[in-house]
Amino acid sequence: MFKHTKKLFAILTALSLLFVYACEPGGKKQTKGESKTLKQTQKKGFVRCGVSQGLPGFSNADAAGNWTGVDVDVCRAVAAAVLGDSNKVKFTPLSAKERFTALTSGEIDILSRNTTWTLSRDADIGLTFVGVNFYDGQGFMVRKDSGITSVDDFKDGVSACTNIGTTTELNMRDFFNSRNISYEPVAFEKADEVVAAYDSGRCDTYTTDKSGLAAQRTKMSNPDEHMVLPETISKEPLGPVVRQGDSVWEDIVRWSLNVMIEAEEYGVDSSNADSMKSSDNPAVKRLVGAEGELGAAFGLDNEWSLRIIKQVGNYGESYKRNIADTGILPDRGPNQLWTKGGILYVPPAR
Amino acid sequence: MKYKKIYPQLLTLLFIILVFGFFTMNAQVNMGNRGIEFGFGFLSQEASFDIQFSLIDYDGSRSYGRAYLVGLLNTLLVSFIGIILSTILGIIIGVARLSPNYLINKTASFYVEFFRNVPLLLQIFFWYFAALRALPMPEDAPLLLGSSFMTIKGFYTIAPIWNNFDIFFIALILSIIIIFFFNRFAKKKQEEEGKQYPKFLISLGIFIFIPTATFFLGGVDLNWSFPELKQLAKTSFTFEGGLGIPPELIALTLALTLYTATFIAENVRAGIQGIGKGQKEAAASIGLTPSQVLKLVVMPQALRIIIPPTTNQYLNLTKNSSLAAAIAYPDLVLVFAGTAMMQTGRAIEIVGITMATYLTISLAISMFMNWYNKRIAIQEK
Repeated sequence: MFKHTKKLFAILTALSLLFVYACEPGGKKQTKGESKTLKQTQKKGFVRCGVSQGLPGFSNADAAGNWTGVDVDVCRAVAAAVLGDSNKVKFTPLSAKERFTALTSGEIDILSRNTTWTLSRDADIGLTFVGVNFYDGQGFMVRKDSGITSVDDFKDGVSACTNIGTTTELNMRDFFNSRNISYEPVAFEKADEVVAAYDSGRCDTYTTDKSGLAAQRTKMSNPDEHMVLPETISKEPLGPVVRQGDSVWEDIVRWSLNVMIEAEEYGVDSSNADSMKSSDNPAVKRLVGAEGELGAAFGLDNEWSLRIIKQVGNYGESYKRNIADTGILPDRGPNQLWTKGGILYVPPAR
Repeated sequence: MKYKKIYPQLLTLLFIILVFGFFTMNAQVNMGNRGIEFGFGFLSQEASFDIQFSLIDYDGSRSYGRAYLVGLLNTLLVSFIGIILSTILGIIIGVARLSPNYLINKTASFYVEFFRNVPLLLQIFFWYFAALRALPMPEDAPLLLGSSFMTIKGFYTIAPIWNNFDIFFIALILSIIIIFFFNRFAKKKQEEEGKQYPKFLISLGIFIFIPTATFFLGGVDLNWSFPELKQLAKTSFTFEGGLGIPPELIALTLALTLYTATFIAENVRAGIQGIGKGQKEAAASIGLTPSQVLKLVVMPQALRIIIPPTTNQYLNLTKNSSLAAAIAYPDLVLVFAGTAMMQTGRAIEIVGITMATYLTISLAISMFMNWYNKRIAIQEK
């Protein structure tokens, strides 16, 4: 009996140690030019992408489970670049509260979920923002018949519905405090509940990013009864996020987005991408992989950018398909190319 | 041969330590790799978000630690109200289920079967969204009891405004202490001399007289603040002044109470049915009135059956109150494990604190109920 127990003890100890080594946590120090996330993605055969729980125009699933939106297109672009097929993406819908934990814990590899780039998020909690795919700002929605036509009409005691876990809560406080207005914040965990509560009359106003307001308005019982006030109370540059510590993966996501924007700038789109290989402009030729060795820097082949443009399209196509044609925000506003009066400007892909 | 007993236990302990150590190490290594630091320093940082409903002084310029306290108190508030109301309702329904009256009996049975078999989250949504839509806007709300309004933005009622409240409060505590000693004295007299005092009336007299006296002697003064309709914009109104109770708290309390009361009702029914019929008959035969039979014979024994499972229901109610996050009631989970976690990114620390807090609340309730259970248990002599 004694002998038996001793043996058991030995086995158990060995097993425990084995367990510890086998589960050696991921995210080891990177050597240059080698990406653990890229390797894992190629091995798995799909890109793990965190999106919203349903925000029309940005990331929204239809009845058949197909995801569409400009945020979704960023993940599709990465999948086209590293796996050759824009459909090889596994989407994980996340609440505002869950999103960063899901990314830092390694459950997803890209967070593309209308997330505002701020200093504390970038520097403090193990995240790296790779760019901006939508320039947004916080606004207010009110009922048209309420007689409120500008933020100057808000008075003490106004109740404002919003989401928890977003920059919205903080901006709202800054805004009302700076104007010395006492307000009642009613913060829900999910966007659908915010919409339902505001729609039923619980709150006088609904505040979140303006793109979100425009998208959520379509979910109201009678969208025409509501309007978004003209003022914008904050800067909300929304963009994809990756985990800190894998600089190659970071570059892949950053340049997948940049390529989409640059393609629009040079007039390369999904329909003419192949024919652009024989373009006279070297910048265009580099973009479609007919010149230079751009992919090699990430350990990708030379047609990675061509695949993005062919399968997902350029930024303009993505915007038109998801945001303009769906009637959410037909006017591109600041999200127009810098050459056309907007502020979309990306470093050159060369 | 002693080893035979010690070894398996030692092994189990070692295994637990190893597993725990592995998870700690895993978390540490991963956090280290991703440049996340572990620490509780964030608790003293400025929270910079506001909370809708708070029992203590709070605004966004206070610390995360203060926000935690606000969330904790809101959780305790809804749990406390829920426990009291569900106990009262549970006892009524439990007794009603034993009623010989067909209508009362069946209504109580239907209530129990319905409310305990519908998921709590659905009930919370129902009371919040269905009831919310049914309630009037502030400007259309009818006046209730000459002072209150039930609106979609909450329940507004008169609020007391005290002068020298502390003196009144001390008098209140004092009267309770006096009542306690008086009752002990009366009980002793009854046991020794068989003399019975009208305990209830005298207690009530003390309870009313002493605090009232402070109004005349202690400079205590009470005024009422009435809620008044205020126009925010052309079609947008709210109430100002008075006491406003947010609809989120009302809906959550209602749902938790109605749900938990069904289980308590069943405990009460089991407790009463657990007492033999012969005991009641024997008590009646020595001349006790029906109310004395219930108070002196049935209840003391039934309580022993009722208390332990009801403790579980109290714990359930407290933990279920965390579903508040779904309807924007700013409880511990919404404020601290929600907003604060998001703003600081300190997932491990905050989830740890939140878990420890719920554990502490649960253990405290458990300890109190165990103490009470021991008190009423059979004293073996």
